[in-house]
Amino acid sequence: MPLFVILEHMANGLLVGSYYVVLALGLSLIFSLGGVVNLAHGAFYALGAYLAWEVQRRLGFFGALALSPLGVAAIGVVIERLCLRRLYREDPGLALLFTFGLAMAAEQSLRLVWGATGLPFGIPEALRGQIFLGDFIYSRYRLAVLAVSAVAVLGCWLLLNKTSFGLVVRAGTRDPEMVRALGIALSPVLTAIFALGVGLAGLAGVMSAPLAGVQPAMGTEILTAAFVIVVIGGLGSFWGVVYAGLLVGVVRGLTVLFYPPAAEASMYALMVLVLLVRPRGLMGERFERFE
Amino acid sequence: MTSERDDRTQLSRRDLLKTVAAGAGAAALGFPAVVRSQPDAIRIGHLTPRTGFLGQLGEYGLNAAMLAVEEANAAGGVLGRKVELIAEDSVNPGVAVTKVQKLVERDRVLGLLGEISSASALAIGEQANRYKVVYINTGANSDELRGKNCNRFMFHVEGCNTMYTKTIGQWQKSKNLIRGAKWYMLTADYAFGHDLFRVSSRFLTENGGTVMANDMVPTNTPDYSAYILKIRQAKPDFVYINLAGTDQTSFLKQYKEFNLSFPLAGGVMDTVPFWAAGVDSLSGHWQSLWYHGLTMPAAQAFTKRFSDKYGKPPDNQAWGDYVGVKILLQAMAETKSSEGAKWVAYFEKGATFDILKGRKGSFREWDHQLLQEMYVVRVKDKKDAKDKWDIFELIQPAPAASESLELIQPTKQENPCTMA
Repeated sequence: MPLFVILEHMANGLLVGSYYVVLALGLSLIFSLGGVVNLAHGAFYALGAYLAWEVQRRLGFFGALALSPLGVAAIGVVIERLCLRRLYREDPGLALLFTFGLAMAAEQSLRLVWGATGLPFGIPEALRGQIFLGDFIYSRYRLAVLAVSAVAVLGCWLLLNKTSFGLVVRAGTRDPEMVRALGIALSPVLTAIFALGVGLAGLAGVMSAPLAGVQPAMGTEILTAAFVIVVIGGLGSFWGVVYAGLLVGVVRGLTVLFYPPAAEASMYALMVLVLLVRPRGLMGERFERFE
Repeated sequence: MTSERDDRTQLSRRDLLKTVAAGAGAAALGFPAVVRSQPDAIRIGHLTPRTGFLGQLGEYGLNAAMLAVEEANAAGGVLGRKVELIAEDSVNPGVAVTKVQKLVERDRVLGLLGEISSASALAIGEQANRYKVVYINTGANSDELRGKNCNRFMFHVEGCNTMYTKTIGQWQKSKNLIRGAKWYMLTADYAFGHDLFRVSSRFLTENGGTVMANDMVPTNTPDYSAYILKIRQAKPDFVYINLAGTDQTSFLKQYKEFNLSFPLAGGVMDTVPFWAAGVDSLSGHWQSLWYHGLTMPAAQAFTKRFSDKYGKPPDNQAWGDYVGVKILLQAMAETKSSEGAKWVAYFEKGATFDILKGRKGSFREWDHQLLQEMYVVRVKDKKDAKDKWDIFELIQPAPAASESLELIQPTKQENPCTMA
């Protein structure tokens, strides 16, 4: 097998991984700060795709790309304010149950509103076609997805590391009691982070819609992958999730090349391997409150 | 009036006999009170998945079955009695079995129809045989249901995998796309895909082509780019996919995204996932069991009635459930009986049905498969499509009008069936 073929599959894996990163990053943020395992993350992803379908008909794909994640984030704010925030101080099992129920209710609601049938969602005209670099072939649309993902990841990083908001978030992740003792209200921060997290899920949903279609069960199918990536990357680690997402993409691509039946199983094998060597994930840090 | 009442008593008594056979106790037979308490309407049980990944097809099937019942009642019912459809969501084979037991024992249905999943259809077929109630399979494709797992009370309106592969295969053969050609196959990695791969690769090799590669694809794969890169490297003469449902849609969309030049076909085709992909994401020649663009007056009339009621045209699953109800009601009317065994005899004697196609249909006596035409269709250019449902151009019926309907069927050797 020529080296070129392997390189091509690795490069393609990075592209595929980029949208996993966006999805998993949202999940990781919500968990690190609120301690909530958001089983409804897939539902927000699906909601992003459905909202995009509605917006696209009126304002085109780029309108959908901008507005749909905001819409999902807004819904996230409502849910966090009304329900989720009551559960932060309770047994973590309650929040888990709540998001589990929310995921089921959301999927059935999508079915009721938009029907059980998938909705046609094509690649926008402006992004159709392929780019050839030597023997390599790239779809324009996937390159655009890579660009948007990169901007989203960088934006989040800047927000968390270069702003005073980010400082509070990072302090809150480590020691919420101390932050409160210093007179800083964590509750609006928690709301904002939940909105940001589900907004990222919505963004991933918009980006995947033209590739995999829009249908009610799409969220359930993708959720496990997002969890696996967060675990591989290590809880609480920003770059860990990014590397893990890309790594899962590459490993999956290479598995398709050599042994396709194991393609979906490859990420679980990777997770087992990583956890054997590094029980906290690739870049997981020690969290006093989760130990 | 007298004769009508007689019919009614006759039917009721037969119901009763079945009840007895089901173990309810022989003593009930002579009690008029029990006879009067028998339901007046003729009940038909409908089972199909309405949630999960097959739910979108199930919804079409149920809508069409309801339409058929409504039309039958508007025309005065059957044997002077109203028809009532009792619908259940068969989530998986286990649930399907429970639902059949409930439908037969509690609701006293006289016939069963529906299903899409082959595993559930198998379970329902076994129950139908046990209760001696006719079951019409309207959506499960597996050859084995008509072969190894066939039984006396199970009939198949849906085409089997071999029919789908031979329909497109006969056309490819006539266009000289098979002999000496190298095909790249993608196969869904579960029972359905394996069965389809078995029959499609057999047809290919028997006719002088070779399978250059076959990738087993896990179900619910969201991304096919790595497979498409492999296909691009392999440079096949033809790409053939043994995939279904959302896997098929995702692959088609992404294949178009990379715009490879190798022609594309596949082992099965359901219209709903193709509609979901949208005409500009599709390509290739496909096989269709029934398509709403068929020009026969009966097909057009059905399309109109369905569209008027539900605001969208019927797909092939809707056709199957509609025709299934019609066939059950015809058997009841013609045999003037509610006894499953009488219907079986009626079907096996070669009764013909108007199935909204160019030719009439009838059940093959030894495996209960509905003998019928299928169609080769080609994906339209977007500019030629009138609306979002107008995605295919009809190329030809298969078999052609002059050929035997057996041409696309599995032979006795390919799919042997012995009914107990």
